[in-house]
Amino acid sequence: MAIVSTQDVRQVALLARLALHDDELKKLAAQLDEILEYVRQLQAVSTDGVEPTSHVLPLADVTRPDQRLPSLPPEEALTLAPARHGHLVKVPKVID
Amino acid sequence: MQYESVIGLEVHLQLNTDSKLFCGCSTTFGAAPNHQTCPVCLGLPGVLPVLNHRAFEWGIKAALAFDCRLAQVMKFDRKQYFYPDLPKNYQISQYDQPLAQHGHLDITIEGASRRIRITRIHMEEDAGKLLHDPQAPWSYVDFNRTGIPLLEIVSEPDLRSPDEASAYLLELKAVLEYLDVSTCDMENGSLRCDTNISLRKRGEALGVKVEIKNLNSFKAVKAALVYEIARQAKRLDAGERIAQETRLWNAKAEQTETMRSKEAASDYRYFPEPDLVPFTIQPRLREAVAAQLPPLPAQRRVRLMDAYGLSAYDAQVLTQHRRLAELFEGAIAQGAKPKPLANWIMGELLAYLNARGQEPSGVTLRPEWLVHLLEAIDAGTISGKMAKELFVESLERQVDPAQVIRENNLRQIVDHGQLDRLAEEVIAGFQKSVEDYRKGKANALMFLVGKCMERSNGKANPTQMADVLKRKLNQGKEAVT
Repeated sequence: MAIVSTQDVRQVALLARLALHDDELKKLAAQLDEILEYVRQLQAVSTDGVEPTSHVLPLADVTRPDQRLPSLPPEEALTLAPARHGHLVKVPKVID
Repeated sequence: MQYESVIGLEVHLQLNTDSKLFCGCSTTFGAAPNHQTCPVCLGLPGVLPVLNHRAFEWGIKAALAFDCRLAQVMKFDRKQYFYPDLPKNYQISQYDQPLAQHGHLDITIEGASRRIRITRIHMEEDAGKLLHDPQAPWSYVDFNRTGIPLLEIVSEPDLRSPDEASAYLLELKAVLEYLDVSTCDMENGSLRCDTNISLRKRGEALGVKVEIKNLNSFKAVKAALVYEIARQAKRLDAGERIAQETRLWNAKAEQTETMRSKEAASDYRYFPEPDLVPFTIQPRLREAVAAQLPPLPAQRRVRLMDAYGLSAYDAQVLTQHRRLAELFEGAIAQGAKPKPLANWIMGELLAYLNARGQEPSGVTLRPEWLVHLLEAIDAGTISGKMAKELFVESLERQVDPAQVIRENNLRQIVDHGQLDRLAEEVIAGFQKSVEDYRKGKANALMFLVGKCMERSNGKANPTQMADVLKRKLNQGKEAVT
């Protein structure tokens, strides 16, 4: 039984701002389904007595002192901008 | 129809740190655009964010001050949405394991205490700043603010009126100012507020909730709530339904407006931030932070009333800002009398600040300056009127009033012979007014007192001067008749 429907893919594509054709939706739904089916094998493992976690490394409480480090030179930071206006990044108008 | 309003507030607070939440970029306000960014806060591939320890401590400090339950394990999550001010396309925030939950803040409203529950406090990073060009089809982005540490403090919908919302915000701001974890300045955005409000008939189930954003001042919060209550009540009275939506406060038009860009996808697909490890709040850290907690406004208020006999109102005003409370208690410690001192701070000092649009938190006045000023008034060296002018000069020039008194030789004339001579000169010089006075015109006396004050360069005491003048004028009257 399929886990992922084309409707699910359509919704995810919308949220991810991806424009997909109907045939792509169908193809991706099938592929995602296969991936999830594969991962589903993990369900067979017993997790009794295992604490849920969001992180697999045996690490916690890693912080850094509140110290300033040099920032990127603005010219370098702005090389990634699609367009610029002085030192500002220029984008198509958005209104809150 | 009478409705009950149900209001909740969400406050975003910029934490006072030197560097950003997950990288070493400076947080200094007002830098040139895009001069405080790095691969971490710009979200370039392969970077590793690491939590700023001071921001973590400041968050714990605030959580303790609001009596929250701290998380056993706190984690960060990615909140995904697309907007040009968000370079990573997600914001690092906290979802199901926030820093703290279940706190409260007590406010006083119409003399009675009310407990407002705080749902949660979580940490997150700020987004960039968007600037809109009204002439061109462009917006401009400055990423300096991206990644600056924020604390979000969410209240339960326990507030029942715009006045209660104001009282809550004022008290919240006062507590945060005392904690010294933020500048709490709404002008430059270090304190921001969103609110949600619904109406219901008393005792009935909750109505449909409307969220209001873009509230840049305490005044705006109150005005937006007042407006929104009237708007929703009118709808409900007409049998219409309230749409669940986000509205923006338009300060110029003084109304709330439907947000034009509908957030079609308010599905943020939170998931755990894999680049940040979980955080436990160890007892040692908790205790170290708890030890830094100063007396909070409510405690200080009680102290001012009990120890110095101030009224509830005076204590409220003086504790609203940490700086004022410190000024007050600092001057008391150096011998000032509580009541006149309170009056000077609440009257002259606040009037001076209000007139200049300055915040009490920035006052650099020293407690001993107030002590010297009050001593000079008590000793009769200067009159109340002189003291007011002197106080302003002392604030303007940032010097001790005692110094201003010395420099300008500002001494009230206490020598009776000198006052007599002043009165005689003025009586001789303004015969018309003298006649008016004798005909019973009370105003004429005030005019003559004014003239004496002028001639004395303000150094005469007006009450004393009036007495001397009256005596002289009445003597003259007897002599004529």
